[in-house]
Amino acid sequence: MTSLRSWVPALFALLAIYPFLPFAEANRGEQFTILFIYAILALGLNVVIGYTGLLHLGIAAFFGIGAYTVGILTVPFFPFQQSFLVAAIAATLLAAFVGVVTTAPILRLRGDYLALVTLGFGLITLYAIRNLDAITEGTKGLNPIEAGPIPGVAEDVDLSSLKVNSEWGVRWYKYPYLYFLALGTLGMVMVFLRNLERSRLGRAWIALREDELAASCMGLNPARLKLSAIAIGAGLAGLAGAFYAMALRTTGNPQGYDFTLSMIMVCCVILGGLGNRPGVLLGVFLLMGFDRIATNMLDNLIQEQIGTGGSNYLKVSGWKLSIFGMVLILMMRFRPAGLLPEKRVACELSEGVGERGEETVNTKPGTG
Amino acid sequence: MLELFAQSETAQFGQFLLLGLVLGSLYALIALGYTMVYGIIELINFAHGDLFMLGSFLALQLSAWWLRYVVGDANSAGAVIGLLFVMLLVTPLACAALNVATDRVIYKPLRSSPKLTVIVSAIGVSFIFMNVGLFWMGATPVKFPDLIPDTNLTPDTGVVVTWKDVMVIGVTIPAMIALTLFVKFTSLGKAMRATAQNPTAAQLMGINVDRVIAVTFAIGGALAGVASVVYGLYIKAVEYQMGFQNGLYAFTAAVLGGIGNIPGAVLGGLVIGVVGELGKAYVGAKWSEALIFGILILVLLFRPTGLLGARIREKV
Repeated sequence: MTSLRSWVPALFALLAIYPFLPFAEANRGEQFTILFIYAILALGLNVVIGYTGLLHLGIAAFFGIGAYTVGILTVPFFPFQQSFLVAAIAATLLAAFVGVVTTAPILRLRGDYLALVTLGFGLITLYAIRNLDAITEGTKGLNPIEAGPIPGVAEDVDLSSLKVNSEWGVRWYKYPYLYFLALGTLGMVMVFLRNLERSRLGRAWIALREDELAASCMGLNPARLKLSAIAIGAGLAGLAGAFYAMALRTTGNPQGYDFTLSMIMVCCVILGGLGNRPGVLLGVFLLMGFDRIATNMLDNLIQEQIGTGGSNYLKVSGWKLSIFGMVLILMMRFRPAGLLPEKRVACELSEGVGERGEETVNTKPGTG
Repeated sequence: MLELFAQSETAQFGQFLLLGLVLGSLYALIALGYTMVYGIIELINFAHGDLFMLGSFLALQLSAWWLRYVVGDANSAGAVIGLLFVMLLVTPLACAALNVATDRVIYKPLRSSPKLTVIVSAIGVSFIFMNVGLFWMGATPVKFPDLIPDTNLTPDTGVVVTWKDVMVIGVTIPAMIALTLFVKFTSLGKAMRATAQNPTAAQLMGINVDRVIAVTFAIGGALAGVASVVYGLYIKAVEYQMGFQNGLYAFTAAVLGGIGNIPGAVLGGLVIGVVGELGKAYVGAKWSEALIFGILILVLLFRPTGLLGARIREKV
């Protein structure tokens, strides 16, 4: 595990100097920013699924709540006109609050019923975002979301002048500071979660995941622990949503907060290594990186080499879903604990603790 | 649908109710596949909706081949009945075979793995199926041949009942009855119930659990195949993403009724169909989906194991 711990700071250092490198492109830099944002989202989901073992299928809802909170608090359309800092804090708190309020009544549901209700909650949030066009502008999205005053920068500074102006680096024309802001936030989230894992609360979550009954017999309060995990997970998702709206400078199409996103995030977390922060980071960079960056690069490459003439069969993006599917299937077959397995999770998986067996007796088709 | 405006309010309500029941029985057919598989191996089979989508694509392909190679005249009653027969025979068989093969190749090696592992594999299968559908029929909706006449069978009542409605009910109800009888009265059905209760004990009693699971996947797939043909004939358009939406409704239906419970899935499907259609009519089309999931959450709050689900006792 020590070798894993050491590559994460190295990766962050590399990403921090990336904009100054000669081959850095504005476009790529913006795509990386989106990856950092999704990484924050996945780390939030990891708190819920990885630490406490609640299968949450509606994390995109909190992402959307965060994005729209920032939208409402900053766009000229509304009278609030807050700075991004205030809006991001509000987004985080609101998402955490909604997470607790919507999860508290359903905690007594078990396993898959809980998963379905979270899925339903995610969809209802999506429909609400899409349909309440008086507030959310429907499919047009709230825009423009401009960067408000940044802490430490005088208010009248033109933000577009804050570009990375290195001698050899390509000049970034759009908000390169958001790249550093997202990267820095991601780093802080990583450190925060590491400390959390080692805290009393984090250890209690793990105990709960391994055996809820035993944990509650030892005096832990499962409901309170689960709610605190949801609050932190949803809060991080809201924070990620705030950054997302900021990076896009619009809340975009509500489609960006749909069930597919929730599902892909679950896949990222499981693919990388359930409960393992560096693993989750890797899972997001691989899956979302493939989705957002690599397919386009490969498409362009193929186009240059053989000239596909628009045929989907010859494009990587045409096969994207299949590649995704194959990766998930093969991973689950040969490395079910993820690319970077968390030791305890790997043990739990190989022993099959808790998950299977305990509920098999209860369902009776045909006799209801 | 223009006649709707001339109808009385009661008749309109009846019309929406009928549409809801028809769609609901389609959801129920798909939901049965979810619920049976869940009952046996506790897998939320996310690929089931996409299997349904592939089934309807196959039916569409069959109709194209039928018109090209078998009959010249598309309008003769014999040709239409022959095609219906072929579609209703070939599609369920193909879907059953595909479902069993998927289980054999992908889920079976994961039998002893935790649930989450298998669910993620099922999501992977779903992605692959969608990709196949995308290549097969393209990204835009495709017209399905309009084979069943729209004649109003009940002109006096004010509620329009067409041959299409009759077809849906006429296919789905017998399918459900046959399934119930199969599970209740055949020895294989008994073996299925035993496996669902306790796979280990069932195996110790000499039941071939692998075979039972394969049969379950076959039946679930076949029902999805039947549903896909009926859906295509009724809605008259298919597209590669329809498996997602309908699969989600069907899965919701299965959970609403109490997952693992066969009558529950049927009841859940009907409730969702009716709620969706009445919601569309009286609350607004764009809110009907939210209404469906809202009702699901409400039901689960008061009956945490679904409408007909068995009470679950926490085991120590």
